[in-house]
Amino acid sequence: MTSTLNQPSTSGTLPSCLSLENVTISYGSFEAVRDVYMDIPRNRVTAFIGPSGCGKSTVLRALNRMNDLIEGCSLRGRVVFDGQDIYAREVDPVEVRRRIGMVFQKPNPFPKSIYENIAFGARINGFKGDMDELVERSLRKAAIWDETKDKLKESGNALSGGQQQRLCIARAIAVEPEVILMDEPCSALDPISTLKIEEMMHELKKSFTIVIVTHNMQQAVRVSDYTSFFNAEAVEGGSGKVGYLVEFNDTERIFNAPVQQATQDYVTGRFG
Amino acid sequence: MRSETGQDQFTLRRRPWSERSIDGGFRLLTILLASLVAVVLLGIFLTVFNGAQEAMASFGLSFLVTSGWNPVNNQYGAFTAIYGTLVSSLLALFIAVPLGVGTAIFITENLIPRTWREVIGVMVELLAAIPSVVLGLWAIFVMEPLLRPFLNFLHQSLGWFPLFSTVPKGPGMAPAILILVVMILPIITAISRDALNQVPQELRQGAYGVGSTRWIAIFNVILPAAISSIIGGVMLALGRAMGETMAVTMIIGNSMNFSWSLLAPGNTISAMLANQFGEADGIQVSALLYAALILMLMTFAVNILAQWIVRRFSLSYN
Repeated sequence: MTSTLNQPSTSGTLPSCLSLENVTISYGSFEAVRDVYMDIPRNRVTAFIGPSGCGKSTVLRALNRMNDLIEGCSLRGRVVFDGQDIYAREVDPVEVRRRIGMVFQKPNPFPKSIYENIAFGARINGFKGDMDELVERSLRKAAIWDETKDKLKESGNALSGGQQQRLCIARAIAVEPEVILMDEPCSALDPISTLKIEEMMHELKKSFTIVIVTHNMQQAVRVSDYTSFFNAEAVEGGSGKVGYLVEFNDTERIFNAPVQQATQDYVTGRFG
Repeated sequence: MRSETGQDQFTLRRRPWSERSIDGGFRLLTILLASLVAVVLLGIFLTVFNGAQEAMASFGLSFLVTSGWNPVNNQYGAFTAIYGTLVSSLLALFIAVPLGVGTAIFITENLIPRTWREVIGVMVELLAAIPSVVLGLWAIFVMEPLLRPFLNFLHQSLGWFPLFSTVPKGPGMAPAILILVVMILPIITAISRDALNQVPQELRQGAYGVGSTRWIAIFNVILPAAISSIIGGVMLALGRAMGETMAVTMIIGNSMNFSWSLLAPGNTISAMLANQFGEADGIQVSALLYAALILMLMTFAVNILAQWIVRRFSLSYN
């Protein structure tokens, strides 16, 4: 299991969008995830799967410097986006998050109107065009226009959970990022809302690169082109577990013919 | 429990008499305790109202707008004290709100390491633990002498403005306002901090996730989400400032001569009550109680307004 830590990516034929180069993320002195190498391809959906505590969410949040908000969290290695290390000293994390948007596990619309939820991000990023048009376009892309077009002035909190999550996706789209990170976006939703979001992702990947963390392996199979499997192992002499990347490959190969035994065990449900 | 016939049946356990009477007794006790608060409140109000009857009859509403206070020929008007109460508490609020809310933002957002934030938070809370009379002494012996050159400067450069039109000579409205700031700062800070802490972490992340700077996240998302509780806290602080007695009495100068100037000695209703009640008799007592009634109505109004604001403007964020 340990021999595969630094396995190079297998997606070399596609232009990569985000590259992780020997990334190790720690909370204080505790290493959460170690030595990750990965090339996330452009305009594809990449899924992160793995057991709880394997660091997949931590890695996802490192991709747009969201971990900066957590006290004591530090990163070693490089995360390269468009040829530039986003952790370089001269890089503004606000700009990183504008170009790499995020959708969270729990729907978190702002306590403002539906219209304002969408317009907010665009406005603070200096959008000068037709705001009404942008709001409609974003809501349409997130497949929630029909449900909200008559109540744009109502509070975003008045929507159902699934609608709120699509609103949050629309909010992320409105900023026109290049990448959208999704941290278990459907874990709080019912199956029908989940299906809607999954269908939407197939559309979205035409314009965006999507990275999704999911606990649901069927979901990874349904939505993703590439899958990376993370696992956690006990640290020698330590109390916690440290996560690492086991295998990264075409989704089909991860689920049908994985190279690693650990991957095989996990995707067939023999884990633990 | 399902019986043979398919009907739902419950077996009612007959509870012993002693158990039932204990339950009933406890219920009665809580009702009594809860109504005690209402009875005391009503009792105080009625007592003050009764005592004020005589003054209300002889001075009427002009009591509120005349400023003479003359125990020799029994002419009383509370305008000086009402003006002092309103101006001192509102101006104190005007200074304390930015300070308190700013401190709360500083100790809830991760601008500096957590330990430092906690130290500052504890210090603000300790400020609330200083007895009012100690603050009053400090105001007389330390703050006011230190403040006087600055107040002199204000008078010299802005003397044409009514609020700064007198020469500062010692105790007065301005130092009283500043001591009120010190006294209401902990309430505002503590309530604002709790309000900001209650803003869900997800909302913060959402704000940063669309590319907000910290500035935008704080002022466009986090503060609006907490604003109703903060305003509620501010109104409570206003109520406290209006009723604050000891420290204010010690530093305000207790003058019943009306002056617009903040640099002149003034009075507040509570300071006036504390000062004069001991020696008053006849209609002066009634006049003081009339003033007390006005103060009570003002603080009631502020508290009710606070509750209304909290309910009316509380944004629901899930």
